[in-house]
Amino acid sequence: MAAEAKVDPMHQFTIEPLAGSQNWELAGYNIAFTNSALWMLITTVVLFAFVLGGMKRELVPGRWQMTVETFTGFIDQMLEANIGKAGRKYVPYVFSLFMFILFANLLGLMPLGVVGLHPFTFTSHFTVTGVLAIMSFSIVLAVGFIKHGLHFFSLFLPHGTPWWMAPVIAPIEFISFMVRPFSLGLRLFVAMMAGHVLLEVLSSFVISGGNAGPLFAVGIGIPSMVLMIGICALELLVAGIQAYVFALLTALYINDAENLH
Amino acid sequence: MPQIAQLSETFSSQIFWLLVFFGITFFVIGRGMVPKIMQTVTDRDSQISADLTAAKAARDAADEQEEAWRRRENENREAAQAVIATAKDDAAKRSEERLAAAQEGFDRDVAAAETRIETARSEALAELEAVAAEAAQDIVAKVANIQVAPPAAHRAVQEALAHG
Repeated sequence: MAAEAKVDPMHQFTIEPLAGSQNWELAGYNIAFTNSALWMLITTVVLFAFVLGGMKRELVPGRWQMTVETFTGFIDQMLEANIGKAGRKYVPYVFSLFMFILFANLLGLMPLGVVGLHPFTFTSHFTVTGVLAIMSFSIVLAVGFIKHGLHFFSLFLPHGTPWWMAPVIAPIEFISFMVRPFSLGLRLFVAMMAGHVLLEVLSSFVISGGNAGPLFAVGIGIPSMVLMIGICALELLVAGIQAYVFALLTALYINDAENLH
Repeated sequence: MPQIAQLSETFSSQIFWLLVFFGITFFVIGRGMVPKIMQTVTDRDSQISADLTAAKAARDAADEQEEAWRRRENENREAAQAVIATAKDDAAKRSEERLAAAQEGFDRDVAAAETRIETARSEALAELEAVAAEAAQDIVAKVANIQVAPPAAHRAVQEALAHG
């Protein structure tokens, strides 16, 4: 019994090709349809269904339409507050980004293990968060250079910098700018992975404690269970916050490109 | 850590499927559906503000009408009050006139009555003198056996009456 109950907290992040797709290739690269890809598909479908519910376009919105409109309004206001009127054209991208991450985070937390399914949080993989971060960063670069040309480099020299400070400030600004995609991608990846590892470790405490006898069950199992419930609530909060932070930072970076300093 | 352990074998699949599904999300949901939802919100907001403007205009018009009505009402009330005052004045004047006329007739009657009383009194007095003179003549004739001429008796009575 004890051997079976052994839990590997990292196993949940393992990517497995599904239904014999492990040899699918595109231009020499493997594109196996994995459990990760399946959850991207599920996220997309659930998000589509969610937004579709808000497409009734009624004058007096129902609850569902109201909820979807709240999300679009939320992103719209965030972009308007951080970028201004020009921020409106980024609503489709930032909305997609925010909702995609939010739904991925939340779906990964669903207690589907109860019915035998294994939720997979693809935002806990830096290959995924990295691509999203690079996308946001590419948009910043593209907008910056298209809108301001080489003048975009003035971003690295804040207003009012004394000329003799420029050789020091500019490299620092440049490094902080170049670190952005990494910090953006890693923040989400680390937050999601840490939360899931923590839940897994606590659940292993519950199982091991329960198997080790009544004393351990009461002394370790039950407190761990209580803590786990609390941390589940915290993880739901983190799922929202990380999606928000990702979208907010993307908005702030686009603001740099759109308005310079 | 599978994220690193499986990196070389899974990165292409991860990136490919992420681009596929995020692409679908972006183009179908972000570009296709979100603008429509936001348009709905904008339409609703503009309709609400238009309705509010219309309601405000209607309220202003109603206020104006009420003001006009109030003014008209006040004018009417003033006119009515004026009519009432005139009628009151008229009635007062008329009743005064009638009172005066009645008083006059009254005075006249009183004066006529007084005249009549006076006449009657003087007539009675004259009669009294004549009777008194005759009585005085008779009394003098019986007591003193003196014949007094009527004019003398008359004068003596008058004197006695005058001295009371």
